[in-house]
Amino acid sequence: MSGVQQLQAAPRTGWHVAEVVETRRETPSAARITLDVDGWPGNLAGQHLDVRLTAPDGYTATRSYSIASSGDGERVVLAVDRLPDGEVSPFLVDELRAGDRLEVHGPLGAFFVWRPPADGGTGRPVQLIAGGSGVVPLVAIARAHAEAGDATPFRLLYSVRTPDDVFFADELETAARGPAPFAVEFVYTRRAPAGTDAPVGRITRERLAAGVIGADAAPVVYVCGSTGFVERVAGWLIELGHHQTAIRTERYGGT
Amino acid sequence: MSFITRGFSGRSRERDERLPPGQTLVHDFPVLSAGPTPEVDTADWEFTIRTESGERRWSWDEFMRLEIEDVTTDIHCVTHWSKLGTSWRGVSLDTLFADVETDYDYVMAHSYGGYTTNVPLDELLDGKAWVAFEFDGEPLDPEHGGPARLLVPHLYFWKSAKWVRGLEMQPSDDPGFWEQNGYHLHGDPWKEERYW
Repeated sequence: MSGVQQLQAAPRTGWHVAEVVETRRETPSAARITLDVDGWPGNLAGQHLDVRLTAPDGYTATRSYSIASSGDGERVVLAVDRLPDGEVSPFLVDELRAGDRLEVHGPLGAFFVWRPPADGGTGRPVQLIAGGSGVVPLVAIARAHAEAGDATPFRLLYSVRTPDDVFFADELETAARGPAPFAVEFVYTRRAPAGTDAPVGRITRERLAAGVIGADAAPVVYVCGSTGFVERVAGWLIELGHHQTAIRTERYGGT
Repeated sequence: MSFITRGFSGRSRERDERLPPGQTLVHDFPVLSAGPTPEVDTADWEFTIRTESGERRWSWDEFMRLEIEDVTTDIHCVTHWSKLGTSWRGVSLDTLFADVETDYDYVMAHSYGGYTTNVPLDELLDGKAWVAFEFDGEPLDPEHGGPARLLVPHLYFWKSAKWVRGLEMQPSDDPGFWEQNGYHLHGDPWKEERYW
């Protein structure tokens, strides 16, 4: 048997020199970093890249990050969450500033991506499910959908610690108000917004079932977050009747 | 072409010679896969090798009666982590191919869940690859490919197909799932064969 889907060949990737245009606080633990990447060929919504840093003695460290932006042009937006024991993310979040240069390799990945329907028609509905910083590639997908004015129904279920930890809050609100059908629902794991009686706690199977497009509508589902989050959510989706091949996952390793 | 990034000094000053370029040592075991974890019961599991002339098939019980080897090896994921000295138990591909006749030079590994990866047959024989079913003395977790996965430690770890269900001989080195999605056809970590 062959489960390989028909996929377009990805463009050849390469290393590029990137200059930091802007870096700003995204959440208490994360930074939004805008790069100007020399020779960047543009990227699809949902792709990632590798960042390489080089120390004065030649030591290098390379990490993969999802891209929060998409489309043509040489501007690339990342949102990096600080890992407490990390070697690269604390540097990117706390030390990096405008004018600094680093190297990036990409765009990478041709599976965890979304393209607007080519014929302008309505595609299969899309359910996005994010845990924490796993929302980054899904923001790129949601914004591509909004910018295309695409009629495909979209929903995002976003599990996040507190309202302060929401990435790209303004952009998500803009997308939800735009003409493209897009709804956002939050699951707060530690603290809900003041003045609401939203339940607080980790996502459950029941909460998932109530918050996502049903399997009978045959959505394409993108799940991104920590390995534990993705394992739990993807397992429940299967139990709720979603087809294995309709679920695309991206796991952020525990390192 | 590398240049210094202002202010970056790095922390892992000890460069371990067992680490290929661009790799970072980890002690946990991150997961990389494209979809949900398939749950495969060993009662339903089977493993096949398909050639131009026929098919060889093993049930789980038959598989467990083959010669089993202990393997300690380093593993290298294309997402830049490496894990040193991992211990596995499994069946060597040399054992599985002992009485398989084929004129084809390339293999497509097929997994439960539908994923595929391509490997030249030369890269699987002569003690270089196994079908592994234990990690660190325990049955292999489903999220790490259990009940059985391919183990090809000298290539990037996406070649070590999780939930493996069979190998199909083919005359040419056709790309599998990840290879169609931008990953290198061959995948040698020492040459950083990550992407096209």
